[in-house]
Amino acid sequence: MKWFKNPILSLIAMLIVGLIFNFSVNAYIQITILFIMVNCILALSLNLVNGLTGQFSLGHAGFMAVGAYFAAYAGLNWSFGSPSLLAFQFFLYTLGGGILAAICGYLVGLPSLRLKGDYLAIVTLGFGEIIRVTLLNIDTLGGARGISGIPSFPEYDPVIFTSFFTSYIFASIWLIICFFFLWRIMQSQNGRAFLSVREDEIAAEALGVNTTKAKVRSFVISSFFAGVAGALYAHLTNYISPSSFTFLQSVNVVIMVVLGGMGSFSGAILAAAFVTIAPELLRSLQAVTGVDLRMVIFSLCLILIMIFRPKGLMGEKELTDVFPWLRLGRKKA
Amino acid sequence: MKRNIFAGALTILTAISLMTSCTKKTDELVIGEYGSLTGNDATFGQSTHKGIQMAIDEINAAGGIKGKKIKLITYDDQGKPDEAASVVKRLITQDKVIAIIGEVASGRTMAAAPIAQQYKIPMISPSSTNPEVTKKGDYIFRICFIDPFQGYVAAKFATENLKFKKAAILRDIKNDYSVGLADVFAAEFKKMGGTIVLDQSYQGNDLDFNAQLTQVKSKNPDVIFVPGYYTEVGLIALQARKLGINAPLLGGDGWDSDKLNEIGKEAINGSYFSNHYTSESTDPVVQDFIKRFKEKYSGEVADGLAALGYDAMKILAQSIERLTEVTPENIKNEIAKTTDFPGVTGKITINGERNAVKSAVIVQVDNEKRKYITTVNP
Amino acid sequence: MQDLIQHIINGVSLGSIYALIALGYTMVYGILQMINFAHSDVYMVGAFAAYFVARWFGLNNSPGVGTLITLLIVSIAACSLLGLAIERFAYRPLRRAPKLNILITAIGVSLFLQFSGQLIFGADPKVFPNVIEDATLFYIMEVPVKSFDIAILGVSVCAMAILHYLIYYTKLGMAMRAVSVNGPVASMLGVNVNRVIGFTFVVGSSLAGIGSILVGMKYPKIEPLMGTMIGLKAFVAAVLGGIGSVPGAVLGGVIMGLSEEMVVAYLSSTYRDALAFGILIVILIFRPAGLLGKYTIEKV
Repeated sequence: MKWFKNPILSLIAMLIVGLIFNFSVNAYIQITILFIMVNCILALSLNLVNGLTGQFSLGHAGFMAVGAYFAAYAGLNWSFGSPSLLAFQFFLYTLGGGILAAICGYLVGLPSLRLKGDYLAIVTLGFGEIIRVTLLNIDTLGGARGISGIPSFPEYDPVIFTSFFTSYIFASIWLIICFFFLWRIMQSQNGRAFLSVREDEIAAEALGVNTTKAKVRSFVISSFFAGVAGALYAHLTNYISPSSFTFLQSVNVVIMVVLGGMGSFSGAILAAAFVTIAPELLRSLQAVTGVDLRMVIFSLCLILIMIFRPKGLMGEKELTDVFPWLRLGRKKA
Repeated sequence: MKRNIFAGALTILTAISLMTSCTKKTDELVIGEYGSLTGNDATFGQSTHKGIQMAIDEINAAGGIKGKKIKLITYDDQGKPDEAASVVKRLITQDKVIAIIGEVASGRTMAAAPIAQQYKIPMISPSSTNPEVTKKGDYIFRICFIDPFQGYVAAKFATENLKFKKAAILRDIKNDYSVGLADVFAAEFKKMGGTIVLDQSYQGNDLDFNAQLTQVKSKNPDVIFVPGYYTEVGLIALQARKLGINAPLLGGDGWDSDKLNEIGKEAINGSYFSNHYTSESTDPVVQDFIKRFKEKYSGEVADGLAALGYDAMKILAQSIERLTEVTPENIKNEIAKTTDFPGVTGKITINGERNAVKSAVIVQVDNEKRKYITTVNP
Repeated sequence: MQDLIQHIINGVSLGSIYALIALGYTMVYGILQMINFAHSDVYMVGAFAAYFVARWFGLNNSPGVGTLITLLIVSIAACSLLGLAIERFAYRPLRRAPKLNILITAIGVSLFLQFSGQLIFGADPKVFPNVIEDATLFYIMEVPVKSFDIAILGVSVCAMAILHYLIYYTKLGMAMRAVSVNGPVASMLGVNVNRVIGFTFVVGSSLAGIGSILVGMKYPKIEPLMGTMIGLKAFVAAVLGGIGSVPGAVLGGVIMGLSEEMVVAYLSSTYRDALAFGILIVILIFRPAGLLGKYTIEKV
């Protein structure tokens, strides 16, 4: 019963669930599940910066774009080795996307993280948009037309290892890596540094924490996973363009983090699932009423949450704090 | 407590969505449509939709195709290419359409076409003119002419009919259609002995064109080629006249909307553009279509987009009619065989590259009227 | 040479629009230390209010001073009411909350206005009514200077002067300055903080209202997302000039307008929007206080 906290066993559990999904639900629900996983990675990564380190970043979509474009370009133009190594290639694409995004995160973070609060938010917004506008103007990357025909994750056989299942495997692996990496970091000294920056930066600095280094570190890690999520997104939708990575997309991720509770891992995951599913449910409602209510409802939710329950769904707690039976017999650390 | 409210809301939403998506009949032919029903060039999608709907209503009233009624599922892509890709995926994977009609804007068609090709569902674009569209695969068709022809038409008209020698180009750099058409016009205009004095760009959704137009004014061209969409063209015309530029504007089928002179007011009068059809045609087929369209849509005069949407649906219907077994692959093969189809926009034959070879007309803007000037044959 | 003069006129005209909206941002930031993301959408609502009133009363095609005054009043009223409502219901509950929360709420309000606008008004662009005829007032080296451009510039400069007088030479202005330095203490000394803040919002929103009419006259296309780009550039202008500084907002606006015009004319229109972000980042990294602002050190 200790599988919950062990990454390998959690992965196996997720894959079993994935296999069930493979056979039972239709293509559209399958795609939605994959998007939920991508959004979870985005939410968890932004949670690190916004929730746990207390720095407000509004440019997450920019790093996602970097990862997505790298994966798209690589997927279309580079291929090496035999077809049996295809899965490995795709893993490299996502990893490469993450690394490139992390480098961008470093370049953006270093000058920006000296600023505080509102200013940091605006600068990150600015950088996110600059990345988008730069991509818009690079013709080899498609410019406004975007990149279409990005290869999906490979299909090995039409029954078990369908394209959906391979995509699911990739997404699960990265989701597990992201979750456990971030979780472990928060238990470490680095994680304590992040929290101290959130609580009181001046006091932390006075006590010897190198706050700039801590902030940049959390920013870079967050950008890495944003890039990975972007790469996954590119392979899932087969089409990306700069307009997929606007400020609105950054706000979308912010909504997930705020809704779930800034600083809560399980909150981020739950909120990511909700934010992914809700537009699809509302789309059916839209067919009846004829109007697109999605963003109106979301923005209203954002306002109401900030006024009435700023801590979000889970606050700073985790699911295991709310439902102690989920701890499965273990005592709280 | 909030968690309970969340859970409750989620359950209610799920219930509603399950109820509304539970109606599936199997004796209907499901056709998908995607277009820009809202957004910057909304009249494109709205007009096309009206044309398609009219065709479907006529076919269903006459008993449908092979006894089955046509069901049209329409999604709005809001004028965004990634939304277009997403709704086409939804049409294919969730709504299980057997064919798709769309889109008007080449940029959006090119985003969605690879998906249709991947899932092997035939897609007919009624009015995308960029040549790259049909190169996406053998399931992608169009029933209109392509920009290499349209650019030639505009250049020919400018040099032969209007006897202009100097032209300035103002293209929408974010728009594939605009960039493609501008390039062709520039090449053809030079071939016919003219000179391009200036080639400037703007971005779709821009409001201010004074900077570019000031440059244009200094070069004093005979004509300004603006291959963009009607909203920006109207604004450009306004600002050009305000800056004192008197040269006429020349454009392509992206101007075709009744909103053109709502925005451009008197400034756009006297300018010309190439189009797929003219409502002033004396052809009885065209006049009959215009009459029926006016009856159905409270006196509205059909524009090129509506006519092309109508033709696209009719060609699709006719292709399905000729089949014994209705599958997407058979539909694809049948569409490719379309020859001399008597459309409202002319006789339509689909050639080996899945494009249509048709004539273009040049019209002049005169308030709400589009005065017919001349026809240019391929 | 003539081109250059025309470009300068275009740039200053464009810049004056940014300046007018930047004043709204700078006033709210000066008093509440918050970025009112929703300001540009209040501006949008003003434009639509004028559009609908013009349609209902058949003023669509009757340009003249009467129409101008009517629409100005409508727009100012709509914007002020909306600004007050936003302050009262979305920002006031969060006055004691961490800065981050207000920022998120402001983003929420902005998006809410934009998308409700799309819902209610329809996402397609509409044509702004013909308010008043444009006339050429005078010539600089044979380049015509139009009345719209002079009007926009004039209004911005007047607004700046009036605001400066208001803030530094009136009792209300002193109250505003007091609240911006230390709200609770000011209230202890008899200042009605809520009223002062409300008044600030009304002033800022009214300027947005005036701006929307002026812009509608010059660029007659309106749509629910029209505020986004203009708002962002106006915000950059405010930061450039020094956020919190009234003359800074106007200076920043004019600089933004001129540089945008020159870049589009002599480089390419593709850099138009990137320029704004570029300026923003450069300013925030090298001189966060802006050109005319003062940098305050955060005390423990």
